[in-house]
Amino acid sequence: MHADPKGVLTGVHFLDGDHSCCEGALAAGARFAAGYPITPSTEVVERFASRIPTVGGIFIQMEDELAASIAIQGAVWAGAKAFTVTSGPGFSLMMEHIGLAAMTETPCVFVNVQRGGPSTGLPTLPGQADMMQARWGSHGDYGIIALCPNSPQECFDLTIQAFNLSEEFRVPVMMMMDECVGHMTEKVVIPEPDTIEITPRRYTKLPPEEYRPFEPREDLVPDMVRAGEGYRFHVTGLTHDERGYPDMGVAAQDRLVRRLLAKLKPLSNGRSLCETENLEDADVVVVSYGITSRVAQRAIQLARSRGIRAGKFRLITAWPFPTERIRELAGRVKAFVVPELNLGQMVLEVERAAAGQARVIPVSHAGGTVHNPDTILNAIVEAAR
Amino acid sequence: MTPTTTLEIPDGAQNPVEPFLRMDRMPHIWCPACGIGTTVNCFTRALLDSKVNLDKVAIVSGIGCTGRVAGYARLDSFHTTHGRAIPFATGLKLANPELQVVVYSGDGDLFAIGGNHFIHAARRNMDLKVICVNNMTYAMTGGQSAPTTPAQAISATSPYGVFEPTFNLVALAEAAGASYVARWTTYHVKQLSRSMEEVLKKTGFCFIEVLSPCPTLYQRRNKMGDGLDAMKYYKQASKIRNGAPTGECTLSKSGEIVVGKFVDRDRPDYLELLRAQMTESLGERYAEPEATCSC
Repeated sequence: MHADPKGVLTGVHFLDGDHSCCEGALAAGARFAAGYPITPSTEVVERFASRIPTVGGIFIQMEDELAASIAIQGAVWAGAKAFTVTSGPGFSLMMEHIGLAAMTETPCVFVNVQRGGPSTGLPTLPGQADMMQARWGSHGDYGIIALCPNSPQECFDLTIQAFNLSEEFRVPVMMMMDECVGHMTEKVVIPEPDTIEITPRRYTKLPPEEYRPFEPREDLVPDMVRAGEGYRFHVTGLTHDERGYPDMGVAAQDRLVRRLLAKLKPLSNGRSLCETENLEDADVVVVSYGITSRVAQRAIQLARSRGIRAGKFRLITAWPFPTERIRELAGRVKAFVVPELNLGQMVLEVERAAAGQARVIPVSHAGGTVHNPDTILNAIVEAAR
Repeated sequence: MTPTTTLEIPDGAQNPVEPFLRMDRMPHIWCPACGIGTTVNCFTRALLDSKVNLDKVAIVSGIGCTGRVAGYARLDSFHTTHGRAIPFATGLKLANPELQVVVYSGDGDLFAIGGNHFIHAARRNMDLKVICVNNMTYAMTGGQSAPTTPAQAISATSPYGVFEPTFNLVALAEAAGASYVARWTTYHVKQLSRSMEEVLKKTGFCFIEVLSPCPTLYQRRNKMGDGLDAMKYYKQASKIRNGAPTGECTLSKSGEIVVGKFVDRDRPDYLELLRAQMTESLGERYAEPEATCSC
């Protein structure tokens, strides 16, 4: 279906990534947001608070991030599309409810505008050190989707994707922005509503007496219901059977937890989003994401101008990680260079995927600013040798 | 006194409250002589007497023994995370104000780990009906100290006796802004049902504390006898004082239990305040919240 025109601010705008993300959420149909102030993400909900009363929806500033990250889930089960926004310490506080959303298959979006950490770290400065936390931060085995925009335009586009993917797979989706992308102001084109594709929530068509809330379809994702419609359904964070009832059995645990991961399989390779350039003849491939990909772009240009066959692999879907695509590349390139604003996170995934077929060279940075392109260039030169 | 409906036993049922329960989940996990089942019985009675549309009632629980109530109620029911039933319920209510949202949880869940959410929901006068079964301990985990465990009591984590001051839940609720505050014990089944019925008909943040026995993990450790002894204590020590100043209603290990309806006031609830403010600021540009959508 197409976007509801009420939420779509069609036109050419000059927006920062945070504001653009908010417009993406509105265009995607989000009519409920709960948040708690934290730099550098607050502008997303500030804009939502300003826009939503004339669009028709709810913004509530909660008492903390634990509250914000579960209030959105209540709203989802009432039938809303909902999201929350945070950064650094707030993301840590939300971990328990990312697990709840994964376990109860509650479609929702968590926006994390990453700053330098650990702890209070660098509140106003960029980092990319929450990438593993986004994947693994809540306890237990589960799957999530994480997207990494590298411009305000992508903050708009990918926020819509984030909502659509959350509905398709019934998982929490992380928008892994960073302070630079969040605060960078650029041209953002918001298209006409009838050109924006929206994935509607898939509600069951079965009558209450036949409906089982966690009975998966063939694609391993169950159909939803919402409160207030006579289904009298039960949702629990405990391990549950297809009826949604707690089941402490080993078989139920195995069936449920394996499905929570397996349902994301289509996304991990064929449908993962990435941007590539010059991979055909590449000796060295720079794997990057978010703001770092824009610095890497310059380094790749410099390398090419020196005659080094450098290629670009920009992760847009960071999770599930596109293992097979990297593995395929590893069979035909000399090396991967992986710059990121952390001391080595996604580079571990590249290493795992490359499985020893190509060298993997991290270009780590503790955060607070972006890389100098020359640092990445030096690594490319070294890798090409 | 409110007239009560005669409970009829539906066809094929053994008990008049069966239609309100997920009978396919019985037997429940609660211990013999635990008071939680009694409160659920009162709740079903209140649902019946208040004639609310059960399809529009949602129940939200946190974690713990009382946290299991949501799983047994044949309503749209949500068993959430520890301490966070109230913010979940807040989202549920705001996204669909037609829903009557009941939060049913324990003292540890609502007042230790969830204490912050409780006071803020009361401050906002969120239209939630919060029922707290207070057994004065963390029972599910084996009887540890809660913010409600009275002085001198022995618990698994206070083997030499509790010395921390306790929360007076009804005073806390009133101070934070609740529209309705009452306390009963599981001995006071009629009064409890009536209070539950009242809050189902009232708008705003409502709080009912129910003192409830935990023979297995609290009484046994404190040599306070069994379930029957708890009933005798509740009967003998309870004093009904409707309208009593909540500050005077502190509970202790074996002292007087002041019960009654303490607060019943009309204050605009969150959504009313929201509408008033937005209409004043935005006039006709304000669009009524329609959080739920076909998309």
